[in-house]
Amino acid sequence: MNATAVMTQERTGKRALVQGNIALAEGAVQAGLDCYFGYPITPQNQVPEYLSARLPETGGVFVQAESELASINMVLGAAATGARVMTSSSGPGISLMQEGISFLAGDQLPCVIANIMRSGPGLGGIKPTQGDYLQATRGGGHGDYHTIVLAPASAQEMFDLTHKAFDLADTYRNPVLILADAILGQMKEPAYLEPAYPRLEIKKDWALTGADNRPARNIRSMYLEGDDQEQLNYTLRDKYDKIKKEIPMWESADTDDADLVVVAFGTAARIASSAVRMARIEGLRVGLFRPITLFPLPEDALRELASRVKRLLVVEMNLGQMLHDVRAVAGADVDVAFHGRPGGGVPTVREVLDKIKENIA
Amino acid sequence: MTVKKVFGRPESLCDVPTLYCGGCGHGVAHRLTAEAIDHFGVRSRAVGIAPAGCSVLLYKYFDVDTIESAHGRALAVGTGMKRANPDLFVFSYQGDGDLASIGMCETIHTANRGESITAIFINNAVYGMTGGQMAPTTLPGQRTTTTPAGRCVEREGAPIKMAEMMATFDGVAYSERVALYDPRQIRRARKAVFRAFEAQLNNCGLGFVEILAPCVTNLKMTPDKAQQWVVEELCATFPLGVYKDALPKETNESKPVPAAPERAGATAECGSVAHAD
Repeated sequence: MNATAVMTQERTGKRALVQGNIALAEGAVQAGLDCYFGYPITPQNQVPEYLSARLPETGGVFVQAESELASINMVLGAAATGARVMTSSSGPGISLMQEGISFLAGDQLPCVIANIMRSGPGLGGIKPTQGDYLQATRGGGHGDYHTIVLAPASAQEMFDLTHKAFDLADTYRNPVLILADAILGQMKEPAYLEPAYPRLEIKKDWALTGADNRPARNIRSMYLEGDDQEQLNYTLRDKYDKIKKEIPMWESADTDDADLVVVAFGTAARIASSAVRMARIEGLRVGLFRPITLFPLPEDALRELASRVKRLLVVEMNLGQMLHDVRAVAGADVDVAFHGRPGGGVPTVREVLDKIKENIA
Repeated sequence: MTVKKVFGRPESLCDVPTLYCGGCGHGVAHRLTAEAIDHFGVRSRAVGIAPAGCSVLLYKYFDVDTIESAHGRALAVGTGMKRANPDLFVFSYQGDGDLASIGMCETIHTANRGESITAIFINNAVYGMTGGQMAPTTLPGQRTTTTPAGRCVEREGAPIKMAEMMATFDGVAYSERVALYDPRQIRRARKAVFRAFEAQLNNCGLGFVEILAPCVTNLKMTPDKAQQWVVEELCATFPLGVYKDALPKETNESKPVPAAPERAGATAECGSVAHAD
């Protein structure tokens, strides 16, 4: 699915000037958020602050947990009852949640987790970064699993993709991660705060609601007998294959005649898009490819692109994480160059433009 | 002549043999919990939370909805369930490593929030399933596979007394420590489990029962010797008794559970009579 189908739908009504974190939280509310569990950490604090006031208005539940470890396990408990549930955090908090995310994936429970990334490793800082790409797209915790990963690049997408995340979670019974950074979380932009389409209503005939006139249900990820555990892993693999086929989202611009295409997501893509525009003004044949789903990466679209350009330039706010995936997809026939800034460093438009010129020669 | 059935398998307990070792307390503790589920008629809205440990197989034995929790996180999982759906009857069943070591943070904060959940806590002073390592409740001098010379209080700290600690939280409605070493104690344990159920049914906060039980395999004792060890050693360090009973004097078992917004009012009705016997 091309991004244009989801993101730039004709919309009526008025746009509001809204901070990315608030747009994300409101997107969740309008997707029918039943429960939020979270623990404070910068730069995502506006999410719990906003929801602590907003959820009582909608009859939802807000709990400030004692830790991210508790938050994610509260998410697990609420998700098991069939509720629409989310948490949000950053850096060390997301690391603490990995135990629970692995359980949610093994239990096949739907939920939404927002990671407003902060730089690392360790305590790191609160400046924008994309250093958690590998953690997010590989699963992050123990075991053979994936979360669906969505990478918004604007306040509008913070709203839209969070709204969509709940549908994806319910459809595939899988945790969905929103991967954003401090710029996207803190920046105010105009956005429509009404969903482009109604939420899905999916019957949860697996939820723990009490064995009332039905056999008792059990949710677990431990299977000791025979090859049951191996079979669970095959079931998960089949699900991820289905996800890879059905939900890739991306946006591309100026790629038809391009010699060089910049590949970037989130904030890095916003910066790259300005650099591509400036390069076009100078007459350079440059395009932009922006993955919106990071898991699954839009591999087919990227492969097709790689087959008809001379070179790809991956731009990230890390030392080269998506780079490895792009190289693997593009294959040996196309050059893949890289420009990255780690630890809270944000590339300037000029910096990216210089890299474009360096690589298009 | 009519024959009255006075003893049978509780409806909530599956008719299957357990995988527990002979002489272990899980079988009796399971039965008491199942009897309470039947007595209060909550089977159709009950969810049990299994820990990491021998009782991770809870779903095989209880004919109610169940979920497996990560090690120590049962009460956080329970909080999520109860908040999402206050009509559910939520109980956790946890061992000492689960509830008092790795899950201590989740345990005390769930207690402090006064979640109306029932926590059944099995204290056998050892890590059972992993093979007999030191638990937070291991007795001073007790030899385990990780304290081969016996637990040294100066080095490993003293046993943690959960029933006493839980009683200090305003959010805990009921806290009692019981044992299973003779029929009288089992009857007392049954009453305690029922009381911890009533705490939830009356929306008064956390209901907590600590059950002293021997892990015969890791104690390397016969069942009768192990029971004697509970009486002489375990009970000496962990005195039995009611540490807190803040339930209303006359609880109404059939009283419907109020919805979440009414919880604050419901809690105010509860008294705060703390006593130990």
